[in-house]
Amino acid sequence: MLITTVLNGKSLRQEVPADKTLLDFLRENGCLSVKRGCGTENCGLCTVWVDGTPVLSCSYPLPRIDGHEVTTLEGVREEAAAFGAYMAGEGAEQCGYCSPGFIMTVLAMERELRNPAEEEINAYLAGCLCRCTGYSSQMRAIRKYLEKRHETD
Amino acid sequence: MRQISQKVRKLDAQALVTGMPVYTQDIVQGPYLTVKIVRSPHAHAKILSVDASKAMKVPGAACVLTHRDVPHVRHTLGGYAYAGSNPYDRLVLEDRVRFVGDAAAIVAAETAEAAERMARLVKVEYEVLPAVLDMDTAEEAPAVVHPEEDYVCKPSIRNGNARNVLACGESGNGDVEKVFSQCDVVLEDDYHTLGNSQCMMETFRSYSFYDKNRKLTVISSTQIPFLVRRTIAYVFGLPISTVRVIKPKVGGGFGAKQSLVTELFGAAVTIKTGLPAMVLFDRRESFTATTTRHEMKLRVKMGAMRDGTVRAVSLYVRENAGAYGDHAMGCVGLSGHKSLPMLGKVEAYSFRYDVLYTNLIPGGAFRGYGATQGCFAVESMVNKMAHALGLDPVEMRLKNIPMEGDVMPAYYGETLTSSHLDRCIRRGKEMIGWDEKYPRRQTGSHTVRAVGMAASMQGSGIGGVDKCFATVRLDEDGRYTVLNGAGDMGTGCDTILAQIAAEVLETDIANVHAAAVDTDYSPYDKGSFASATTYVTGMAVVKACERLIGQMMAEAAAALETPEERLVFQGDCILEKDAPENRISVSDLARRQMTSGNCHAFTATCGHMSQTSPPPLMAGFVEIELDTQTGQVKVLDYAACIDCGTVINANLARVQAEGGIVQGIGMALYENMQFSSQGKMRNNSFLQYKIPSRLDVPPIRVAFDSSYEPTGPFGAKSIGEIVINTPAPAIADAIYNACGVYMTELPFLPERVLDAINNKAE
Amino acid sequence: MASFQNYIFPESLEDAYELLQANRRNAVIGGNGWLALGRQKLHTAIDLSRLGLGQIRVGPAYVEIGAMATLRQLERELPGSLLACCVKPIAGVQFRNLATVGGSLYSRFGFSDPVTALMAMDTTVLLHRQGDVPIVDFVWQKPSRDIVLGCRVENNGRRAAYQTLRLSATDLPVLTVAVSRLGSDWRVVVGARPGKAMLAEEASRLLSEGKADAGTAASAAAEELSFGSNMRGSGGYRRQIAQVLIARAIEQLHGEGGLAIC
Repeated sequence: MLITTVLNGKSLRQEVPADKTLLDFLRENGCLSVKRGCGTENCGLCTVWVDGTPVLSCSYPLPRIDGHEVTTLEGVREEAAAFGAYMAGEGAEQCGYCSPGFIMTVLAMERELRNPAEEEINAYLAGCLCRCTGYSSQMRAIRKYLEKRHETD
Repeated sequence: MRQISQKVRKLDAQALVTGMPVYTQDIVQGPYLTVKIVRSPHAHAKILSVDASKAMKVPGAACVLTHRDVPHVRHTLGGYAYAGSNPYDRLVLEDRVRFVGDAAAIVAAETAEAAERMARLVKVEYEVLPAVLDMDTAEEAPAVVHPEEDYVCKPSIRNGNARNVLACGESGNGDVEKVFSQCDVVLEDDYHTLGNSQCMMETFRSYSFYDKNRKLTVISSTQIPFLVRRTIAYVFGLPISTVRVIKPKVGGGFGAKQSLVTELFGAAVTIKTGLPAMVLFDRRESFTATTTRHEMKLRVKMGAMRDGTVRAVSLYVRENAGAYGDHAMGCVGLSGHKSLPMLGKVEAYSFRYDVLYTNLIPGGAFRGYGATQGCFAVESMVNKMAHALGLDPVEMRLKNIPMEGDVMPAYYGETLTSSHLDRCIRRGKEMIGWDEKYPRRQTGSHTVRAVGMAASMQGSGIGGVDKCFATVRLDEDGRYTVLNGAGDMGTGCDTILAQIAAEVLETDIANVHAAAVDTDYSPYDKGSFASATTYVTGMAVVKACERLIGQMMAEAAAALETPEERLVFQGDCILEKDAPENRISVSDLARRQMTSGNCHAFTATCGHMSQTSPPPLMAGFVEIELDTQTGQVKVLDYAACIDCGTVINANLARVQAEGGIVQGIGMALYENMQFSSQGKMRNNSFLQYKIPSRLDVPPIRVAFDSSYEPTGPFGAKSIGEIVINTPAPAIADAIYNACGVYMTELPFLPERVLDAINNKAE
Repeated sequence: MASFQNYIFPESLEDAYELLQANRRNAVIGGNGWLALGRQKLHTAIDLSRLGLGQIRVGPAYVEIGAMATLRQLERELPGSLLACCVKPIAGVQFRNLATVGGSLYSRFGFSDPVTALMAMDTTVLLHRQGDVPIVDFVWQKPSRDIVLGCRVENNGRRAAYQTLRLSATDLPVLTVAVSRLGSDWRVVVGARPGKAMLAEEASRLLSEGKADAGTAASAAAEELSFGSNMRGSGGYRRQIAQVLIARAIEQLHGEGGLAIC
């Protein structure tokens, strides 16, 4: 079927199989930051935004992006680098494989929650698994990043 | 020290956090064949026939390979240095399948969809055989997992594969029974640990192709590039140097990628078809068809005096190898040799083991590598002994741990050359607030808070076995490149090696580039496992840098027309001690390589092997809240103090510790691998096999108290594995302190805890 | 991932319904959460997302939740409510941005948190053909080829306490318990037994008649309901913790705790 979408700010019209996953579609369109960690909707690695809402691209029905905007890490590289610098400062990226999905979720959280407490942050990010870090360094990075953003606001 | 112990950022951080295409699947370019594996639905069966005719009719079909199409060369997939003792009990494909998920055939097609269809259409006729699904009855079982005549096992191993015994063995020192008879208290208990899945986020994958010179090239997400190369060459009968393995960024390993997993399948397809081939295991395959931590049953007997001195200990371990023996020998050895030495005052110890084959998923390498299982059993018994004697478990440890300078008979007779374990225990105790919290506080009508602790050791590389080289090169612009073959799996060891180089070369880390592994260009390294890279490869880097400085000094002597002994290396330049204006900068020296007539290249390759494996040591303290009505345990706080020798990178060491402890918490509380009565793994997804989420763990608190290890680079030992060991025994003891029940089987599911509480009440 | 050849956004409910009847292998797609896990071979996927079913309307008498409202919408649009509370542990925000209330209802999974919670409230499931069906009946109906339009919950001040036990925070539950109270009318619902959620009628009656304290009612519920075993726990354990969680929920409501529908 034919879909029209805006991918990372660029209009795209493409004939796609109805049952292709959004994840595969995105990778085929050059968004290689998008990773598949489980295929059962439990790891968060494949997180992208549809109209700014973080969703799992491994299961989001591809035809549903017709007429909507899709954003991957490639579309927010500057912001990702800004937050990512805090992750790097803590060693929190480790193997890095979960970083794109995690960062997309953190940036969505930043837009959605105002001054979230640690508990809220953990609840918001609970769907982002990481096997390397044990999460503490990620929280340190988030806190420092949000504090800095808060100061500059 | 300018680079050492600093919070240096990982060299690849920027690429990773901006989602650059750096992993195996990101860098390969089509068109290529997609490879799928036809997997056995049976735990044990003979393959009578494979009918590929329907599958080959699928549009885009490239090939179906059966056991007749691959070399009949017995091998092991377990990555280990040359002296490895793994049995050679595998074929790429065989006319026998030994666990649910074992490979029966390989298919390849032009698209993933076609390959999947092919895999469904290959008709395999099986003769289902009785299966061995329980290691306790494996020896008497009518079925034999490895009856093959060409089974290969080293003569030094006491093997009885006809009885499903992969190995048995014993070691010891002194007469344990005699010393037990002299002890005030002797306790004995059985412990049971399960298989766990490593669950790195990037599942297994590799890509193989012939390069333009028809060199078989494999890009693989692996911890062991050189061992992958060696094994491919061995199995396919190729000279080693005609195979090339490239390791890009790897999305985690934790030991899972210390085995070959996908590489031989892809290579077989490329060799057969001449075409590029991609093998990518999904999460389900990663759970069911690779390797797990070894299930073990451990019996500990311990004898102590009333004052708390442990005088004798014995450990008997039954290890479930699963269907293949990839890492069985190493893991069972560590279960004793890295748990028993923690009792530093014993007059006698004995360690016995049996390793059994079963028709279940093979055991393999997983962070801790058997030491984790041994630590759970032995440390749990130390805690139990403390309670039996009415002693504080902390005091019990301080009384019994080995001290710096002690010889450790159970640790291959090595001397403990560096240890701050006593200080780590005291520090951890303060961090958790032990004196205020031990043993328990009632916090509600049905909630109790309690603390528990454990201590642990691991190794740093494999003494006398692990061999690693490093090449350090002065580039044309005065910067350095460190070439290594270690295989950074995401832990940051490339950065660690660059830091070590920068420290020796007295330069900024920004001037050091660490290249990814390519067996065509990187110096040999056995790979990134056994907590070896910092300690062993790091020393190779130190040596190579020193040799490189020597080369530069000689060249500077010629350039400055000054005897070398009057010169001094100062990082950015070499100058005459007594006439500092007589100097040459490193960048000028670098340029001289290209311009001077003497043709000296500033490049140095050095190897390193340590004869010993100095143990890092740590103490882990946990505070839990137990719901006495449901049996549920919540971890409220975890404090750890670690002696890994000199910390090379303060961030990366800390994150290793935090991550490893959280893995250990998952293992202790809910990572619960289950099999059906037919041997099929039941929880083969992240939906059913839960690893800790950030809601399940408190902030992990980590401190370092570093001793100085004289044989390590800048005094460093290792950090990668030890960190997973303490949670299980510490949490078990916190549960005991909360409600008086001993949990001896992992994981501590609420149901089990509640059962234990109810049984105690009866 | 389920496979399908066509993907259609019907322009009316009637079109959607007709399409659903046209082929046994046509199916309504909610959030795609469960279809993505399966390997079903479908003919046409029917996407209701352009039919205005994604709304949550809070009225004086009812709260109406459209089938395509996501679980995350419950949290955002009904903050502090029973439903917001009960969906929090489900997988993650990104998943809850996909998963729909209609999907949860139609699937009738035993482990469903929202189904357990909705059963404790005065909930009616709205179906395109069949019309309005009380949720207790709906859950036990065989899935029919009808379209779930959403549900309507009476905004009558009924309060409920929600209790669940999970082996890890984002796992499927070992057990779910919702106990609700409207004046003297009590309702005890237990889900993830691991079968479908059930109303514990005897326990509800005892409480409503004021004949039982928390412990007695919890025992009665554990007695009258059946429990089974799965990977997460045995039937025996579920029975034990059902008593514990029900008693805790009752205590919460005695203490004027509990949450309303909005």
